[in-house]
Amino acid sequence: MKLRSIFTAMLVLALVGTMLAACSGSSGGNKDNNAARSGNTTDANTGTVNQSESGSGEAANKEAGGKSAGEPKEFRFTISSEPPSLDPAIFTDSQSFLVAVGLFEGLYRLTPEGFSEPALAESYEVSSDNKTYVFKLRKDAKWSNGDPVTAHDFEYAWKRALAPETASEYAYMLYYLENGQSYNAGEASADDVGVKALDDYTLEVSLQNPTPYFLDVISHHAYWPVNPKAVDGRPDWATEIDTLVTNGPFRMTEWQHGGKIVLTKNPDYYDAGKIHFDKVTITMVEEASTILNLFRTDQIDWIGAQAGTIPTDEVQQLIQSGEAVVQPVASVYYYLFNTTKKPFNNVKVRKALSMSIDRQAIIDNVTKANQKPAYGLVPPGIKGADGKMFRDMYPDDYFRENIEEAKKLLAEGLQEEGLSQFPETTLIYNTSEGHKAIAEAIVDQWRKALGIEVKVANMEWGTFLETRSAQQFDIARAGWGADFNHAINFTYDLIHSTSGNNDGRYNNPEVDRHLDQALATNNDQEAVNHIAQAEKIAIADDMAVLPIYYYTTVTMVKPGFVDVVSDFSGNLYWIFGDKQ
Amino acid sequence: MVRFILQKFLFMLLSLFVLVTATFVLMNAVPGSPLQREKAPNPQIQKNLEAFYGLDKPLIQQYGIYLKNLLRFDLGISMKQRYKSVNKIISDSFGYSLRLGIVSVMTSVVGGCVLGIIAALYHRRFLDHLAMVLAVIGLAVPSMVLAPLLQYLFAVKLRLFPVARLEGPLDYVLPTIALSSVSIAFIARLIRTTMIEVLHADFIRTAKAKGLPGHLIVWRHALRNSMLPVVTYLGYLVANVITGSVIIEAIFAIPGMGKFFVQSVIDRDYPLIMGITVFYAVLLMVCRFLADIAYALVDPRLRLQAAKVAA
Repeated sequence: MKLRSIFTAMLVLALVGTMLAACSGSSGGNKDNNAARSGNTTDANTGTVNQSESGSGEAANKEAGGKSAGEPKEFRFTISSEPPSLDPAIFTDSQSFLVAVGLFEGLYRLTPEGFSEPALAESYEVSSDNKTYVFKLRKDAKWSNGDPVTAHDFEYAWKRALAPETASEYAYMLYYLENGQSYNAGEASADDVGVKALDDYTLEVSLQNPTPYFLDVISHHAYWPVNPKAVDGRPDWATEIDTLVTNGPFRMTEWQHGGKIVLTKNPDYYDAGKIHFDKVTITMVEEASTILNLFRTDQIDWIGAQAGTIPTDEVQQLIQSGEAVVQPVASVYYYLFNTTKKPFNNVKVRKALSMSIDRQAIIDNVTKANQKPAYGLVPPGIKGADGKMFRDMYPDDYFRENIEEAKKLLAEGLQEEGLSQFPETTLIYNTSEGHKAIAEAIVDQWRKALGIEVKVANMEWGTFLETRSAQQFDIARAGWGADFNHAINFTYDLIHSTSGNNDGRYNNPEVDRHLDQALATNNDQEAVNHIAQAEKIAIADDMAVLPIYYYTTVTMVKPGFVDVVSDFSGNLYWIFGDKQ
Repeated sequence: MVRFILQKFLFMLLSLFVLVTATFVLMNAVPGSPLQREKAPNPQIQKNLEAFYGLDKPLIQQYGIYLKNLLRFDLGISMKQRYKSVNKIISDSFGYSLRLGIVSVMTSVVGGCVLGIIAALYHRRFLDHLAMVLAVIGLAVPSMVLAPLLQYLFAVKLRLFPVARLEGPLDYVLPTIALSSVSIAFIARLIRTTMIEVLHADFIRTAKAKGLPGHLIVWRHALRNSMLPVVTYLGYLVANVITGSVIIEAIFAIPGMGKFFVQSVIDRDYPLIMGITVFYAVLLMVCRFLADIAYALVDPRLRLQAAKVAA
């Protein structure tokens, strides 16, 4: 009997304990419950708030209005992991970039649309041969250790990024500088590099070749300055908050490795009036469903554009309810043909495969985020010349989907190669549910349209990359995003015969010639024209690769936020955001 | 006893050496490299990077360097998170996994014992069936289902607990439940089986006959004897749980060590793969060693044997 009473008591205790915990939990958790959840969305391009549901919109305004002007404005978003590095010369990933963009500032920065605007540069002069730039720097910018930001810091940072022992992955972004590449290869000395501080606030830059898009390139983070005092002899300076010295509109006030980063407004920033957020909290969350749950419980203000993703199975419904919006991203999803292998060396076979798939059907039924079908390489959102968009100047009408035509081409192509039937073929992709679904859909379309069997095979990421770059494939998935806003980035890198990313080994001297000429000229219009010519030959005539769609990103933002947007390349742009 | 411990220790060192060598060979045999990117680096940059990480040296030399550093407890720097030492990455993340792990182990033992004892005492009655149904559910529902379910129900719908992260004490509740469900169920079943057996043993009848109160019988005789398989299981459980769970950590956004087991391999982050493996191996060995000692403490028969050996 005693035993029984003891266990009854234990059970009761356990139950009471759980309830107590539950109660204290609810008092803490319910506080934010009333914050409005509404269908308001921020339009990426204009930064205006569109109210899609008036009822909830009102609630949102009340909530936003309830915050007095004196109350600190906080913006909260997630990144997927600890930033691998915050050193401008070292990091290469978008997660680090989303944090670092608030901490550092270079001569120029990109607007959300991808145009260069001056940051630390006050003005510049360019020589008549377009090979020498002289930048005047503003004198009121400061490092977080109190030092002024000078031209010497830029010279130091650029030479450091190029030094072979720094082993910067983005060093090639600085190959535009005179002797940049040879210094990186250890064939020239640091003094030969084309960057020199003429005085504290004047920076002279000499280029290897006239580069019409140099001002776009220069806004890349490889060109951001670093503080020599903080960096010299301290290679790990950017891994801890105590040694991190920054010059941007925000400063880091907390860094919990793997957990969260807190940035606060930099009181010394020269243009403090343009910065509205007092505090930015960046938590590291990997799981998409968790991110959405955090958003739903009002613990974060933004999802999307590399700052978290929405779970795939929720996307469609959130778009329909107006809670999420679709934004274009300057990236292209495509399949590589191994052009060194039969029958993919045959242009007719490549064309047949490309013309026999229904891109819109894949977008509507598989990827489901309003992507845009791609019939070229350069995505919308990439600049052309004279303030016009590349795709507006040269539409990607290089081919049409046409099953009858495709059947004919396939038969002809196979005959030309002396094949009686389509040989055994495998389509490889790196392991991911999304890639798998697309691959299976395309293979199914080929089966129905052309009557051919193609196998699909997934590969673990590292193995996939190695297999692809060793040309041990028939057809392989690929994707390409913008490093900077210029069409050359989507052509030279993908279809020039010498490019390390041309894994299909497509080789057409005519294309190479156009692309080389695009790089040699200092006339923007002419350069863009050559690029368009090269793209046209590579796709319309040769079908070097099989373009599928131009990416989009699906974003969600809490009501009241303005000017936090997805930029042209699909990265969250938050530094000038505001909360009303 | 000293000789026994020394022997065990030497054996641990040997296994560790074999493990390090095997991991090193396997990791380098897998296709792919830590320097591979979707956007192929320029060959010159690739060369600089290889020189930076010492990957341009012959493999055997890389292996020698690794062993030399390992002797000084230096696990090198990560190839994904440049300039972050593997020691630091492990010590930063292990704290979270350890804290959650300890809470989870305690929950498992207490929860498992209570359920198991109840089931055994009420053998073939309602409470027994209830406890065993709970245990079967705990064993059958994988954490990748349980964790999001708990999160959605208690954090999003009822708002009783925070959705994610590990800051206050309340944050521990959901991840602990998700992490412990399997081990609670496992321990409960272990305890129930052995206890039912022990409760029918002669010495229990003797204890009852001499008028020992019921709770003392359970506490002193029955539970103690039923704990033996649990202690064996604990050695494995502790090492497993305190090194973190990939799924629980991802779902509750806990910056623990679990994700590195998978991520470091995907990234081909050689120093981190080695570091994590060595760390886990040492931990597992130490835990099993401690379990051996604990075994001796709980089981008087083994203690006697140990005493005899020592004498």
